[in-house]
Amino acid sequence: MALKLPIYMDYHATTPCDPRVFEAMRPYFTEVFGNAASRNHQFGWEAEEAVENARKQAADLIGASSKEIVFTSGATESDNLAIKGVADMYYERGDHIITAVTEHKAVLDSCKKLEKRGFKVTYLPIGPDGLLTPDDIKNAITDKTILVTIMMANNEIGVIQPISEIGKVCREKGVLFHTDATQAIGKIPFNVNELNVDLASFSGHKIYGPKGVGGLYVRRKNPRVVLVPMMDGGGHERGMRSGTLNVTGIVGLGTACEIAKNEMPAENERVLGLREKLRKGIMEEIPDVYVNGHSTQRLAGNLNMSFAYVEGESLLMGMNDIAVSSGSACTSASLEPSYVLKALGVGEELAHSSIRFGLGRFNTEEEVDYTIGRVNEAVNRLRELSPLWEMVQEGIDLSKVQWAGE
Amino acid sequence: MAYSDKVVDHYNNPRNVGSLDKKDPSVGTGLVGAPECGDVMKLQIKINPETQVIEDAKFKTFGCGSAIASSSLATEWLKGRTVDDALAIKNTAIVKELNLPPVKIHCSVLAEDAIKAAVQDYQNKQAQPNKAEEAAGNA
Repeated sequence: MALKLPIYMDYHATTPCDPRVFEAMRPYFTEVFGNAASRNHQFGWEAEEAVENARKQAADLIGASSKEIVFTSGATESDNLAIKGVADMYYERGDHIITAVTEHKAVLDSCKKLEKRGFKVTYLPIGPDGLLTPDDIKNAITDKTILVTIMMANNEIGVIQPISEIGKVCREKGVLFHTDATQAIGKIPFNVNELNVDLASFSGHKIYGPKGVGGLYVRRKNPRVVLVPMMDGGGHERGMRSGTLNVTGIVGLGTACEIAKNEMPAENERVLGLREKLRKGIMEEIPDVYVNGHSTQRLAGNLNMSFAYVEGESLLMGMNDIAVSSGSACTSASLEPSYVLKALGVGEELAHSSIRFGLGRFNTEEEVDYTIGRVNEAVNRLRELSPLWEMVQEGIDLSKVQWAGE
Repeated sequence: MAYSDKVVDHYNNPRNVGSLDKKDPSVGTGLVGAPECGDVMKLQIKINPETQVIEDAKFKTFGCGSAIASSSLATEWLKGRTVDDALAIKNTAIVKELNLPPVKIHCSVLAEDAIKAAVQDYQNKQAQPNKAEEAAGNA
């Protein structure tokens, strides 16, 4: 099969809808269009049945019961609902929340909002491999702690936190535990009981489902978690999320969950093979390339690399028929390099030089081969253009140079 | 991140990439920016001491496409100019020529700084010929 350009290798940002998901959704646009809350006619019943079927598909993927799934507009909403909903419900028990510096902005900014309202938040630093230890959590918990929120897999560097052990610590201390599992659920095995989680956020479009739909797992017993809703209205989703259900999207999310559950082992093996081929193909050809984050405790599809002496955005430009992303400041609206890479202790110059490859379901071996060639060609060309590379070849220690711009 | 055609052209076909002998008293070297900021430009000019005309210009840049294009364009403009004319090059002219968006204006500022630093280095060497080597090393 001929190689089709451009190549998509940014699966952490979003994934294409699986054609099987799209087919499952199709009738729910024009034929089965009822409101799932219409209890008195066929149209409503059919919509409700579809929603409940999807709820079961989602619950089955994570070892939960159907009643523990709340559908939302996506993981950002789920994170907001979990964190603010717990804070508003349990503030009389305590005012302390624990999270980590490498969390997604949906978690960090929810915590910051609560800080403005008087809550106290601990932002745990991470190790040079991107990981926390259960002791980090244990040592941070006080008698005022009501919630620990730690993501399972990081969206930039793909590292997988020891969620089961962290959950155990929280359980022992009687503190609720939320995990932003947006990049994890559907990609790696996830069982709410084995992992000891009380709340878990997930999203449709990260697992080959549609955008605009996600879910929040809310534990119903041992302990029973109650949330104060953010949306007031018709009392949908057991009162936790009012608003007419996005039936079409929910059907898509459910189908995506079922496919993920069935195909996860084979898919992970295949994607890991592609990633390792990519990693070796680059690292065997170019010197001074570093992998950011733990080398094995990471998502199969994630490869985050820094190419020393080459700026990330210019590298993206040099391989513009491959869609990837960079931690370089120039690619962000804030003009700051990636806070996740900075938290790893990667020097800022290496954060500017980073590229995130996100491999997934529809990538092929041919695409990886092509990408290796393009990356190596672009890095070599840009190094010929780089005054830093030239200085290093001359034996100059860049850390000892007094830069005019500092 | 939509680049103008001119930025893309300079990125794909950068003019005057390379290095001049920084120990040559007729060569001025400007090294501006810092790796932590994501931009470092090295711009060099070779000046005819008799005429004060820039006979050659070379650059190397670590930075985004707009930074590469700004320095590439600067070398094009510098060749054949006198030192005084070189100092008259303003970053706003680079912005206009390359159609840089507001977030990339700092790239043009860096290019203007590099021109000034290169001229300054040349003038320092002319004033104190025996310290030329040291000055270039500290640029």
